[in-house]
Amino acid sequence: MTHRIEVFTKVNDSKSELMAKKLQSWGFKVSATAVVEAYIINKDFNKNELKDIAEMLSNPVSQRYGIDEAQKEIPFDFALEIGFLPGVTDNIATTARESIEDFFKTKFGPDESVHSSTLLFIKGELSEKDVETIGNSMANSLIQRITVKTHDKFAADNGMDEIVPTVHLKSHPETDKVNLNIPEEELLKLGKEGITDKDGTRRGPLALEKDQLDVIKDYFTKENREPNDIEIESLAQTWSEHCKHTIFAAKIDDNEDGLYKGYIKRATNDIRKAKGDKDFCVSVFSDNAGGIIFDENWIVTDKAETHNSPSALDPFGGAITGIIGVNRDCLGFGKGAKPVINKYGFCVGNPFDKEPIYRDAKLTNAALSPHRILEGVIEGVNAGGNCSGIPTPQGFVYFNDGYKGKPLIFVGTVGLIPRKINGKNSWEKKAQPGDKIVIIGGRVGLDGVHGATFSSEALTSGSPATAVQIGDPITQKKFSDAIVKEARDLNLYNSITDNGAGGISCSVPEMAKECGGCVVDLEKVPLKYPNLSPWQIWISESQERMTLSIPSEKLAEFEALMAKRGVESTVIGEFTDNGRCLVKFNGTPIMDLEMNFLHDGLPRKILKTTYTKPTNPEPEFNQPSDLTQTLTEMLARPNICSYEDISTQYDHNVQGGTIVKPLQGKGRVNGVASVTKPLPESNRGVICSQGLNPIYSEIDTYHMAACAIDTAVRNVIAIGGTLDHLALMDNFCWCSSNEAERLGQLKAACEAVYEYAVAYGTPYISGKDSMFNDFKGFDKDGNPIKISVPPTLLISSLGVLDDLTLAVSLDPKFAGDLVYILGETKDELGGSEYFASQKVIGNSVPKVDTKSAISLYRAFRTAVEKRLIASALSPQFGGLGVTLAKKAIAGQLGMEIDLGKIPGAKNITRLDHLLFSETQSRFIVTINPKNKEEFEKNFAGLTLAQIGVINADQNFVLKNGDKVIVKTNISNLDQSYRKTFNRFAE
Amino acid sequence: MKPKILVITGYGINCEEETAKCFNWVGGESEIVHVNDIIDGSHKLKNYQIIAFPGGFSYGDDTGSGNALANKIRNNLKEDLLTYLKEDKLVIGICNGMQIMANLGLIPATDMKYGERQAALMRNQHVSLECRWIHVKNVSQKCVWTKGVEMMHLPISHGEGNFYVEPATLEKMKANDQIVFKFVNEDGTPANNKFPANPNGAMEDITGVCDPTGKVFALMPHPERFNSWTNEDGWELKKEQLIREGKPFPAEGDGLKILRNGINYFN
Repeated sequence: MTHRIEVFTKVNDSKSELMAKKLQSWGFKVSATAVVEAYIINKDFNKNELKDIAEMLSNPVSQRYGIDEAQKEIPFDFALEIGFLPGVTDNIATTARESIEDFFKTKFGPDESVHSSTLLFIKGELSEKDVETIGNSMANSLIQRITVKTHDKFAADNGMDEIVPTVHLKSHPETDKVNLNIPEEELLKLGKEGITDKDGTRRGPLALEKDQLDVIKDYFTKENREPNDIEIESLAQTWSEHCKHTIFAAKIDDNEDGLYKGYIKRATNDIRKAKGDKDFCVSVFSDNAGGIIFDENWIVTDKAETHNSPSALDPFGGAITGIIGVNRDCLGFGKGAKPVINKYGFCVGNPFDKEPIYRDAKLTNAALSPHRILEGVIEGVNAGGNCSGIPTPQGFVYFNDGYKGKPLIFVGTVGLIPRKINGKNSWEKKAQPGDKIVIIGGRVGLDGVHGATFSSEALTSGSPATAVQIGDPITQKKFSDAIVKEARDLNLYNSITDNGAGGISCSVPEMAKECGGCVVDLEKVPLKYPNLSPWQIWISESQERMTLSIPSEKLAEFEALMAKRGVESTVIGEFTDNGRCLVKFNGTPIMDLEMNFLHDGLPRKILKTTYTKPTNPEPEFNQPSDLTQTLTEMLARPNICSYEDISTQYDHNVQGGTIVKPLQGKGRVNGVASVTKPLPESNRGVICSQGLNPIYSEIDTYHMAACAIDTAVRNVIAIGGTLDHLALMDNFCWCSSNEAERLGQLKAACEAVYEYAVAYGTPYISGKDSMFNDFKGFDKDGNPIKISVPPTLLISSLGVLDDLTLAVSLDPKFAGDLVYILGETKDELGGSEYFASQKVIGNSVPKVDTKSAISLYRAFRTAVEKRLIASALSPQFGGLGVTLAKKAIAGQLGMEIDLGKIPGAKNITRLDHLLFSETQSRFIVTINPKNKEEFEKNFAGLTLAQIGVINADQNFVLKNGDKVIVKTNISNLDQSYRKTFNRFAE
Repeated sequence: MKPKILVITGYGINCEEETAKCFNWVGGESEIVHVNDIIDGSHKLKNYQIIAFPGGFSYGDDTGSGNALANKIRNNLKEDLLTYLKEDKLVIGICNGMQIMANLGLIPATDMKYGERQAALMRNQHVSLECRWIHVKNVSQKCVWTKGVEMMHLPISHGEGNFYVEPATLEKMKANDQIVFKFVNEDGTPANNKFPANPNGAMEDITGVCDPTGKVFALMPHPERFNSWTNEDGWELKKEQLIREGKPFPAEGDGLKILRNGINYFN
């Protein structure tokens, strides 16, 4: 017998009021809504028991409930229910079930379950079709279902239906042979579309190319047998671009080492060698995250990832699984680092662009709008980060039309781990032959099947819905605490790694490299629902799982601990040293591959590049007559304006270590760097910043990369950091990486990645790439379109601040303080936000001069140590004009500046260019006038000038000599700075 | 002997480490204990002088913030908890801890009815989680935890902090001096339910309440997140002021005062 409990809010129902307002804002004539939480209890209980359950699921002060009855109190015209599709993670239901089980001290049987849904009662002048439209806009059809009932139907049916969304897989779990001795055309199709099932449908992309297929064919010819489906699927996962980074590993032109070894890793190697004793790197590139020394006892780790393809299909699910996925990279560093900082970066299309694009020619399958994607990813990182108790002080949003089809969703996590655990180096781990293979955390379902291979392909109408996953941060939080706060220090395991792309098909063989082999009993993997095929169990990317290597003698203690912490742990096999990866299902071997072949068998790509640097039209517009208006409008641009509504919905105070916050000064301006103390008792801090300049790629990817590096570095300097304790990470998000031109752009960027990091002495400690961020679909008229992201490189910086009180915020502090500019300004507006506001790109891209920058950055740090700098901000998008305005807003203090005094001003003929040039390596600082002499002495020989003063009034005045160029007040600037995304405030 | 503090954790509680450390800094001896290790009897409530319910997202706020963990505690530890409350001991709940305590009926417990749910922490009026610094005023003479505190600058970070009780309960709380912290403007004037000074829409700006004895205290703001003076929103301005006046930097964050009051109760 199935029961239904509905929970109603009886006072202060702001959720329902806001819902009504939202629907009204969508243009529907809605007069009132009521949002109701509904539970389906698929287990037999009597009336009294159901009453107990309902009381547990509601608060008597603010809520009331109904059991197995159609509500009659709320007037409505339509009832709309949004529930999950079968097999989709339903966290609320899981919690409700656990509460019920605990209350009755009973367990639900295999055919019993709990499901949650949201029920909406709507009053208004609407048609049933309108309500369906509302439902379809609120729900994501990949994971949710909607049911609409009119008032009369609802009454006639005695309420909503009692739908039990459980998965029933018909297929009998078995392993199929795959015939590779087929015509080449068929073989290529197999690589592209997947293995053919018995019913003729394809299983989904393998992303295996011709040379890879040929090698696989040869291997099995040599083995003298046909491969099993699981073996092909497994190779496809392990060899995917996503996992093996085949493009960065490839020989490229004459460069035998390829992009990764030849540029990125070489930069780190060269820097470490040059630093000698002062090398602070501990573990680079070899683990789930990179690690550097924090102090004599601790290491900080960092990792940044992208979750682009999943976020395009289900922004909430994509972003939440992204953020808690990268948390697992942190847990999987060495013996397990504790996540202490989360970071984000959302690159999406113009949020005001309403023109639809479609995945199919029939125009039935519309891509989500940039606005919808943005809302979803914001919410996803909110749910993931906040629920996990990890502060999120650092992040950005960036808009460009190129991200309309495929957004780039960056997520990162900084971790903390002792340098020694039980006397051993914490970053070293090694599975031993005979160790048990143990997986902990969530169960396996069809979710995420073909995730890794899918993200290695462009988004098309064939993109699999099963690639979508929902996160369950609490399941992860439980094992995260059990591992890094208990099991790790009890020395209960030899090795640990994350289950990310490819699930256990990647994590187990990867860990098996440490000892030389593994044998897996696949039927032991706990499943969400029965009848998954063995290959699906093996490659599923169901979330919140880690793989551990546990010595037999520690197993009982480990299992007991996990049980006490509410964490499911399962032994699924054993590590060996026989050089083979053996997978069995109910005792029958179904996969038996040489470890060497699995990991190193894939043929190395050889890539050829070309790079034709474009010549863009030079802008022809005249200097605007009213630069006050121009500056005010610049502040409202999406890439420049406030995103306070994101910053305040992400907890940045948790763990008690917030220092320099995402919003700075009385005027609450978004900073570009943040400081956090990862250990409450320490006076040391971690500085995080990010640099990204994708428009510059339209001119020159070499300078794009150089500017991203300089931005990430100088933001750390501006907040008080030092070049001597600063590491970087690279995240490449490219497009069409099978085209020689795109690869040429990539190679040019990598050249800068090497040169500028080496110049600054800032090593890369980890990195990631995502090479096919293209959308292939149709415009509203049915014309085929391809939208590629601009070649994008995110550089994340991780600095250590030895004394937190040295930190410098961006807001001017007192009237009377002097305003200085450090560094020369050049006429560099190519790819600038200002040119973008005029719809041109131009060619004069900013170029970084590391020699002068390094002297400046070192002198800056000395000034910080002498406490000579009261506030600092480095110009970025929108140049000096925007930087000065942001500072004025942040301090809520007036400012008078003489632009004529800016070093370099004389070489720039136009004042608008002077104001908005994006020349790198500059700072605007304010200082105590008493420190003038000492300050100038500190920077002797470097380019600097006093350009103005801070005033007690609220006037913002920029002059050129005596001539007033910009005159406004803080309130006007403030208003413009905040207005763009106010609508997200609600 | 140092007072012993039981800092409860598990199922998504996430502020246990900094809460425990802060209690230790002000003279306590904290022990972080998983709720399951209390349920299985390996740790007893009676061995502690203070129980702390830290902040977090227990059970991800599913079925209502604090509700599921409160259910678990009620289902398994209700009698132990009621016995503990009869002794001259203290309890504090911060943020999710307050939500758990409200669902457990530890606050406001008017008429000494511990275990009866009398308060709700509802969704913030503008719905999503709000992380910011706010000002609170101490309006209670009775609460042990806020002795000597007039106003305080503290961070909040919650999605469900909209405090609500029925009017009759509110009258009893007022009559018994059980309202402790109210949101105020920076100058100490009432927030009057205006955002952002009152960030969640709480009834009469209430964001900290105690039981009828003043020993059981629950608040939405996070005193443990103001453990160092460099935690405070706007500390950089204070720093510059202190440098220019030639004054030393403060030794600690204001939030520790609250926890110290708890420890001092036993000294």
